[in-house]
Amino acid sequence: MSMPFYVAPEQMMKDRADFARKGISRGRALVAVRYTDGIVIVAENASETLRKVSEIYDRIAFAGVGKYNEFDQLRVAGVRAADLKGYQYSRDDVDARSLANSYAQMLGTIFTHENKPMEVEILVAEVGLEPAGDQMFHILYDGTVVDQRDHAAIGGDAESISARLADSWTDGLDRSAAIGVGRAALAGPDREIPVGDLEVADLSRSNGRRCFHRLAHADLA
Amino acid sequence: MPLFSTGDDPGASFPELLRRVGLGPAQPTGNASDLMHELGVPHATTCVALTYADGVVMAGDRRATAGNLIAHRRMEKVVEADRHSAVAIAGAAGPAMEMIRLFQLQLEHYEKVEGAPISLEGKANQLSMMVRGNLQAAMMGMVVVPIFGGYDLRRGCGRLWDYDATGGRYEERDYVATGSGSLHAGTVVKVGFRQDLSRDDAVDLATRALWEAADADSATGGPDVLRGIYPVMATIDVDGWNRLGDDELAARYETIVDEVRAR
Repeated sequence: MSMPFYVAPEQMMKDRADFARKGISRGRALVAVRYTDGIVIVAENASETLRKVSEIYDRIAFAGVGKYNEFDQLRVAGVRAADLKGYQYSRDDVDARSLANSYAQMLGTIFTHENKPMEVEILVAEVGLEPAGDQMFHILYDGTVVDQRDHAAIGGDAESISARLADSWTDGLDRSAAIGVGRAALAGPDREIPVGDLEVADLSRSNGRRCFHRLAHADLA
Repeated sequence: MPLFSTGDDPGASFPELLRRVGLGPAQPTGNASDLMHELGVPHATTCVALTYADGVVMAGDRRATAGNLIAHRRMEKVVEADRHSAVAIAGAAGPAMEMIRLFQLQLEHYEKVEGAPISLEGKANQLSMMVRGNLQAAMMGMVVVPIFGGYDLRRGCGRLWDYDATGGRYEERDYVATGSGSLHAGTVVKVGFRQDLSRDDAVDLATRALWEAADADSATGGPDVLRGIYPVMATIDVDGWNRLGDDELAARYETIVDEVRAR
């Protein structure tokens, strides 16, 4: 009879975290930047069809980095949770904080109980009726939630991107300036990301009921 | 948060998702009877729709009746389903409104999950399934008969469908009317209809159709000048849903009133 090797819980968690982090750092990053009329999300994404950023609900957007099939599964789960809540209660009762908590629970459970953790990091952004109500939640592969106010970066090299965002972000940016800030922060000092490799979506207060709106490449040039 | 295994996934269907999480519709049980009469369930009445050169016009009066009483004066029976389509609904008001809500949610849910909207024909099919799902209730008197219309972005034209209580789906080329005043409203449209009407003429025809229906059918509401209530009238073309303002409708009805007075 073979005996399983004893692995210390600390070591097991560390191995899983390393595994997830390695998967995430292979992909390209994305940023969310708050501006006067809402939140703009800028992702480096060479694909025209496989989206990293999408709509969850009237005022809520989702963005994911890492393994596509895994964050897409989370995206669909989020759309379902939001639509169910809106149907059962009211459209006003659907909020990003509760959605972020559900995501955190789910990712936390998968991290400890499943064979492998999800190799993803996700961002849930909500645009408020007033600028003071804008929220962003950054959720990690192990269920850790970080709430962010003005800007957020997720994915490979997120720390240095965050540092660049913190340097260049100011209050009162308009949308195109916010996109510029996000694009420059993603690229870093040594390169420029071509427009064709950008996926940009916007949660705008002045967009009617459904605030989410994708920007075409032509709008970015 | 709902998570399903591959192969057991409800896909982009919102009604199916509702069933999976135990929120599916309750089916009425019992014998077919004059239950409706005893409950005094409000009924929504007359709607008309017609195609014109650039799309479709959809219109409905605002009255709901329960027996011989007026239950509601401001019901909106013509509702935007999504940007390029609308539903006009007649029948038992409760199930009808719930059906519209579920239909709107389904279109949006699909669009978000799949990343692209359903085709116009696909939407018409979805509605057909919902009407069929209501068959049990329909047999007990809670019939819901919608009209579905919209602008088909792939074919570049307006299209109309009407339904029967069993979910039967019939595409209409020109015009359709439903509800208690449909005989009168339908006849007016039938007489005045021409291919490729202008938007203005099509709206005028729909306005007159509802006027005549209200004139002859007690369950159809006419323009209520006293309270400022006018029918819901909307056009859907390549730019999407566009509802006419009450001011414009008031002016149109004034013209009709003048004509009738001069008769």
